[in-house]
Amino acid sequence: MKAGDFSYRRAGDVAEATAALAEAGWDGKAMGGGQSLMPMMNLRLAQPTQLVDVSAVPAMRGVSADAGVVRIGAATTHAEIEDGAVPGRLGQIMAGIAADIAYRAVRNRGTVGGSLAHADPAADWPSALLALGARIVVAGPAGGRTLALEEFQQGAFWVALEPEEIIEAAELDEPGPAARWSYRKYCRKPGEFAEAIAAVLHDPGGGTRVVVGALDAAPALLADGAALIGADLERCRAAVAAVAPGLDDYGLQLHAAMLRRALAEVAA
Amino acid sequence: MSGVSLTVNGRKIAREVADRVHLGDFLREELNLTGTHLACEHGVCGACNVLLNGVPVRACLQLTAACEGAEITTIEGHDDDALMAELRAAFTRHHGLQCGYCTPGMLATARDIVLRLPDADEDRVRLELAGNLCRCTGYQGIVAAIRQVLADRRA
Repeated sequence: MKAGDFSYRRAGDVAEATAALAEAGWDGKAMGGGQSLMPMMNLRLAQPTQLVDVSAVPAMRGVSADAGVVRIGAATTHAEIEDGAVPGRLGQIMAGIAADIAYRAVRNRGTVGGSLAHADPAADWPSALLALGARIVVAGPAGGRTLALEEFQQGAFWVALEPEEIIEAAELDEPGPAARWSYRKYCRKPGEFAEAIAAVLHDPGGGTRVVVGALDAAPALLADGAALIGADLERCRAAVAAVAPGLDDYGLQLHAAMLRRALAEVAA
Repeated sequence: MSGVSLTVNGRKIAREVADRVHLGDFLREELNLTGTHLACEHGVCGACNVLLNGVPVRACLQLTAACEGAEITTIEGHDDDALMAELRAAFTRHHGLQCGYCTPGMLATARDIVLRLPDADEDRVRLELAGNLCRCTGYQGIVAAIRQVLADRRA
């Protein structure tokens, strides 16, 4: 299984990347670490003719924090986050998520921005960062815009990016000191994509965000999250069924179980 | 085609490569370094793990053209690595391989485990090995070998 033919170009900065993508149109594809895109290309599920490598763009690398807002460059790798690149309480939370993404050899190359742009509903960052209230900084040839992750994520493998746009960074607010967090996922084998995900941020100062992921659609931010804290399995089943009516009983039970555990953990 | 300059096992290499050629094929077919084994070629099995700038990566998911300036170490490049010598001896002692197909990737991961997680217990070793598949040993010998190197280093 080898990728089909394509042209590779490494972008030196954001402007070069977006210009190259604009030139390529729908046949172009931005690549971070390539840990999702390369398997799809090797399997010929994706066949872009122009790859634009953004993994070495300086403005997209690394993490900075200013006035309670943490900016994570899109090309920051999972391994860097696992090893503590993000400061503070948010960093602890994100390190825990990063450590359970795939395997270390994949985490050494895979990036946050790549995962968000790829938008596999069973991946970790789309659900976890939705619960953490991330905003996505998008760059294009005509300038930038910032979207809440719930606006950015449109569906399974579908995000609000035009062909010439890339994710430059994710921005997150540092959770309050009393914030509680839980992230639960069900995988049959460590490192595999999850069959069910629940993520809960319960921040008395900043609100409650409850997310159900690994669906056939984009991860769902539940409308009445705060009311669900400590909910039992029946209420969790109802809450999951409301956002994912297509789940069979097994899938519903898995998602509800993850959700119940996450809601119990933040209530404890 | 892209021009790429990289270092492989300490040797400087400059080549023109087709953009679609991944690092695993480049190592095997251009450089005749056939110790890097390709199996699944979509990032699941870990047989092709090599070191890129000192850390393990999947060679099948790494474009050669994206390796400009990189330092690659394959299984053939560890002759002077003291830790790899310990791991080799431990794999031999504990029967950590049968057919050997997964072994180059296992050793790349094992080296990373010992360096990054010196206090790893058996559960952690098994968790970290989840990204390397072996179809012969049932992992017992591999886990035992890595645990012995960890224990020896802690002693």
